[in-house]
Amino acid sequence: MTILTPLPDNTQPTDHPPTSNWRKYFSFSHDHKVIGIQYLVTSFLFYLIGGALAAAVRTELATPASDVVSPELYNSLFTLHGTVMIFLWIVPATAGFINYLVPLMIGARDMAFPRLNALAFWIIPPAGVLLMASFFVTGGAAGAGWTSYPPLSTMSPKAGELIWILSVLLLGSSSILGAVNFVVTIWKMRHPKMGWNDMPLVCWASLATGVLILLSTPVLAGALILLSFDLIVGTAFFNPTGGGDPIVYQHMFWFYSHPAVYIMILPVFGMISEIIPVHARKPIFGYRAIAYSSLAICFLGLIVWAHHMFTSGTPPWLRMFFMFATMVIAVPTGIKVFSWVATLWGGKLNLNSALFFAMGFVSMFVIGGISGVMLAAVPFDIHVHDTYFVVAHFHYVLFGGSVFGIYAGVYHWFPKMTGRMMNETLGKIHFALTFIGFNLTFLPMHKLGLDGMNRRIAEYDPKYATINMICTIGTYLLAVSTFPFLINAVWSWIKGEKALANPWKGLTLEWSTSSPPPEENFEEEPVILCHPYAYGKRPQVAPPSNLDAGATSLST
Amino acid sequence: MTGSTLDPSQAELIVTAEETGHHAHPDLRITGVLVFLVAEAMIFLGLFTAYLTFRAVAPVWPPEGTPERELLLPGINTAILIASSFVIHNADTAIKKNDVKGMRLWFGLTAAMGAVFLAGQLVEYFNLEFGLTTNLYASTFYVLTGFHGLHVTFGLLLILAVLWRSLKPDHYNSKHHFGIEAAEIYWHFVDVVWIVLFFLLYIL
Repeated sequence: MTILTPLPDNTQPTDHPPTSNWRKYFSFSHDHKVIGIQYLVTSFLFYLIGGALAAAVRTELATPASDVVSPELYNSLFTLHGTVMIFLWIVPATAGFINYLVPLMIGARDMAFPRLNALAFWIIPPAGVLLMASFFVTGGAAGAGWTSYPPLSTMSPKAGELIWILSVLLLGSSSILGAVNFVVTIWKMRHPKMGWNDMPLVCWASLATGVLILLSTPVLAGALILLSFDLIVGTAFFNPTGGGDPIVYQHMFWFYSHPAVYIMILPVFGMISEIIPVHARKPIFGYRAIAYSSLAICFLGLIVWAHHMFTSGTPPWLRMFFMFATMVIAVPTGIKVFSWVATLWGGKLNLNSALFFAMGFVSMFVIGGISGVMLAAVPFDIHVHDTYFVVAHFHYVLFGGSVFGIYAGVYHWFPKMTGRMMNETLGKIHFALTFIGFNLTFLPMHKLGLDGMNRRIAEYDPKYATINMICTIGTYLLAVSTFPFLINAVWSWIKGEKALANPWKGLTLEWSTSSPPPEENFEEEPVILCHPYAYGKRPQVAPPSNLDAGATSLST
Repeated sequence: MTGSTLDPSQAELIVTAEETGHHAHPDLRITGVLVFLVAEAMIFLGLFTAYLTFRAVAPVWPPEGTPERELLLPGINTAILIASSFVIHNADTAIKKNDVKGMRLWFGLTAAMGAVFLAGQLVEYFNLEFGLTTNLYASTFYVLTGFHGLHVTFGLLLILAVLWRSLKPDHYNSKHHFGIEAAEIYWHFVDVVWIVLFFLLYIL
């Protein structure tokens, strides 16, 4: 059994010039660190675009009348808001963290296939630009919702819908190429002394994410290929008049898009599992439980897709299976939540922005998780199907979950990535505004949904007016909340205080190299001396025997 | 050695004793190809499942009025594709003995067989009495076989690329032959997919 310990040196600021050459971030670099940052910055730009689309949607919804944008444009706005936030923000942002962190954490010089890695990234910007350009084609951008269900999607203006399909296919292939890299890298390139159970939890989560992408994304590609045939040449795969079946599309779509929520949240689970023990100065509670629950979520995530289709005419016996399978996911997820809380419990908390966002993540994600269990119950789901309750639920999971986690990750690893510290005051203002804006926007939506307000509508009954106005104000606050972050990130990157190699005294390997890390990550092969979460514990084994000569200097 | 007093802040001392330099990684490219093929398999699995669902839901299959399908030509085609998998395997054996000429021979033969398969598929397409939009069976038939044909074409291009590269002196030898192995694995994959496809579309 190896309980080994990484090296937390860190008394001196790094000698390496912090990210001196900004031009390298615009080049076709093979360095996983550059690619990771390219992913993060690109996805953040799309986050701002997706946020602007959301603000437009909420502006329309501020008052009951449909008076701000045309109904067609409204449909395009919420369709592209969903598409951008999922395929161009959360998925690439988490992929950015995986790219940046995994090779460093396993002590490798780079990903297994550096050029493939760069290719996977460079598919994203053109696909994103293509998607946004569809606003300017005949008939406007796709307006059939991000699910693009036929027959609605096959009957809407073709150009926008086809661009949507092409763009999602491109983004899907990017994600598959990335996943091949994650899986091979984690599987084969770990430090020789790092066994499966010594891996940092980000690696476990990334592995589960990679497997999910490999198994589910291709099925979405299949569905979109069939859908594009229906659109272009008039086949009838999803058209009942020609013998087809639109429900088949829904099955194929959700076979990807349900696991997609785990593709978006699993890497964040991993990041939170790193951030909490570091800032609470305690060993993670239940390392193996957290590690293996990622795999359990990966498996369960693949067999529950039809819970999105309880009202699609699914036979009752099948609904029963999907209901219970869905509820079971609460078990591994609950294990993680309890582990995080138990890690915080009695810890010596370093209350900085990263930990604030991490704790914000845990609390908000729990609310989203609970409403998720509610929605898993067939009778309740039928009642609130396609209402704002669902909107509230998945925003608590995806914004209160993934986005809070991504922010926590940025605050935590910014010193490593740029060699500079972020400003804590601005960070706390950012957190406060985000937390208040987020809850103001989405908490009232539960009530809206229970009262029966449908999603995807521009015009609504005046009785919902007050709550909608509150939600819209919350959205504006949320929009404002990104400014302290933007200012902080840009200013700190250029002028921030120089970071130590290990400002948080973390034990995972990325902290054992300089900030930012040199080319090929480590000057020398990193040494692992204890488990990555062994804070405050005595090392359980002696250092490797070949170190005896050097180690004698320690025997004091 | 009093390891029990080791505390992380002192751990930097140990680094000096560790030998410098990184450990080497074995060639991971074959693993990469295999992992990628998992994704490829899933896309076919998705399409096959869709086909089976259409079929299970339909009252009659193939739908009434679908012209009879010729079995002879696709049968021969299938035999050629299966045989080509054995042929391409010889290339692997040859290159492991440093026999580049033999490898070229077997790869060339595989490429020819692949081309014959594609030509046969085109002949079949032109002789079929239904089009892409005739009915649901016809649509699934063309999309599935066409998508597979696209993969055969890609495999053929891989084989031709390997042949082109093998013209350089000592580009491939018994130790370095990733391109050959990758093309071969991919070809076997395409072959296996075709066997399932043939069973689903023609026999079942």
